[in-house]
Amino acid sequence: MVGALSGNLAMEATYLKAINQALHEEMARDENVFVMGEDVAELGGAFKVTEGLLTAFGEERVIDTPISESLIVGAGVGAAVLGMRPVVEMQFADFISCGFDQIVNTAATLSYRHGGKASCPMVVRAPSGAGVHGALFHSQNPEAWFTRVPGLKVVAPATAYDAKGLLKSAIRDDNPVIYFEHKRLYRSIKEDLPDGDFTVPLGKAEVRREGRDLSIITYGGTLHQSLDAARIVEKEDGLSVEVLDLRTLLPLDREAILATARRTGKVLVVHEDRLTGGIGGEIAAIVADEAFDYLDGPVRRLAALDTHVPFAPPLEEFVLPNTNKIVEAIRNLAAY
Amino acid sequence: MALERDKLTAERALLTLGESELLELYRRMNLIRRFEDRTAEMYARGKITGFCHLYAGEEAVAVGAIFALYDKDYVVSTYREHGHCLAKGTPPRKVMAELFGKETGISHGRGGSMHLFDPNLRFMGGYAIVGGGLPLAVGLGLSIAYKEEPEVVCCFFGDGALPQGAFHESLNMASLWKLPVIFICENNFYGMGTLVQNAICQQELYRFAEPYKMPGVRVDGMDVLAVYQATMEATARAREGEGPSLIEAVTYRYRGHSMSDPAEYRSKREERIWQERDPIKTLRRRLVGERRVPESRLEAIEREVNAIIDDAVRYADESPEPALSDLMKNVYVENGGPQS
Repeated sequence: MVGALSGNLAMEATYLKAINQALHEEMARDENVFVMGEDVAELGGAFKVTEGLLTAFGEERVIDTPISESLIVGAGVGAAVLGMRPVVEMQFADFISCGFDQIVNTAATLSYRHGGKASCPMVVRAPSGAGVHGALFHSQNPEAWFTRVPGLKVVAPATAYDAKGLLKSAIRDDNPVIYFEHKRLYRSIKEDLPDGDFTVPLGKAEVRREGRDLSIITYGGTLHQSLDAARIVEKEDGLSVEVLDLRTLLPLDREAILATARRTGKVLVVHEDRLTGGIGGEIAAIVADEAFDYLDGPVRRLAALDTHVPFAPPLEEFVLPNTNKIVEAIRNLAAY
Repeated sequence: MALERDKLTAERALLTLGESELLELYRRMNLIRRFEDRTAEMYARGKITGFCHLYAGEEAVAVGAIFALYDKDYVVSTYREHGHCLAKGTPPRKVMAELFGKETGISHGRGGSMHLFDPNLRFMGGYAIVGGGLPLAVGLGLSIAYKEEPEVVCCFFGDGALPQGAFHESLNMASLWKLPVIFICENNFYGMGTLVQNAICQQELYRFAEPYKMPGVRVDGMDVLAVYQATMEATARAREGEGPSLIEAVTYRYRGHSMSDPAEYRSKREERIWQERDPIKTLRRRLVGERRVPESRLEAIEREVNAIIDDAVRYADESPEPALSDLMKNVYVENGGPQS
């Protein structure tokens, strides 16, 4: 049954299709897995991420809800505590604010409150990110609201392979996982995915590109811009840039962060979330604290400006990191 | 305050229940009252700290409703949940030890008064965010319905939860999906110090059932038999697959909102009027007057209960503090599910 609907052949899949495949395969694999959210069933989701699930698994397991985020998350917790494995969808990550209480108070503390006697194996899928002209309430990267909440896990895949493998791991994990999927990546990237079942472990970063002169630490939407920038400076400046993709933001892969910092001695953190209070600050602190002796320059951060994501395309572009900005930041840090 | 209907409901329950069951109701209400009285005493002596909300006066609601459940049914509660947890069967020792912040507490001293939880007995937690337990109760109902199990969920909350969005989201969804959830609103007239008239446009709280297309009833929450009977009717409906109900149990907390609240916003006269309708005394009168139970039987129950609670206090006091080395345990569960 696994893969019957998703196609078990090695074939090209978009980031969006990879998520869809993971849902199909995990629902086929475990009847406790179910999907719940606004317009996820009949409509297949606002972005068509859940398309085909209703036909394959029926309305008992693919559930359209009213626009009630607190309830969607809270009901997910209630079902999870009884052994179900809900994958609940926030239609846009911005709307997660309406379900915030149920995530940080109810879900995150569940195991701790109960002395490890109960668990909350729930995934909250949250389509995040800017660059799609969604403006203020449809463009945010709210991962830092959650990366400081013990009891949660937070992932942010940047590739189709990881989108699939991390979602499978998140569904199989016995803790609440917030899964940030970047909207701009849905249809803009694709790759060949291997046959059959595979997972990507939570909590493990991945070196996407090896280098000697400088390290970029990034995740999600800015991975691709970082890789582009690394190629540009290699060609034009002869710089060798390593790129580390965090993949999981909670728990952070501290070993991988420190290893790349020690290898190159210069660290640039890039993320699409805002600068202040973003996870880049935490990474900078970890590096400064534990790899200080290896550093040949300051730890720099390139992130969205500390303002809202505006609608007007030139303004939006100005607020967000992009390849040119990363190239410039690499050159400045390399010259330090 | 008692409505004619409540009297009839209570009469019906009185006829249905056998003497041993009635005595069990009496025992449970006394157990909670004694527990709360000793808790207040321990708080005054500094043995219990933090935020602590007592249930004295409201015993008939938890005891009456939970007595209408099977052991396998689920209960979700609030931060004023000592009574519900005890009524569901958690040993007083484990609850008192939790209030003391001891390792032997039901949440190993991590939760304290407001976060009791006993999944083995299907007490699915006290939730210290007003209205926070309702979505979870709907999720329990969803799981029950999906697995086609016979259980129901009894979800308690105060009048203060009604203006919360979570209340409306939960009633809507439970009704839409016909989930087996009994919503029990403990209307004690005050959300902390704010009178219900100043907080909610519709003071007949049971009428919030109407827009959500479920039965809504108001019962005398000072009458354990009335609460029991109303809950029996709601559970029968839920078990038949006909969906949720809303019960408004009109009741009164004898003490302030929490231990730090002297309740100066209400009059001594008002408090006296309610205490004259004390749920324990009311049942006692019935048992002696209508069922001819000898006073000595009731006194024996009271003595037994006092001994249990005294033992719980001793147990809590003598129990060890949690070890600092265990601080980080259970923040996450290891894959493979919760520890037994």
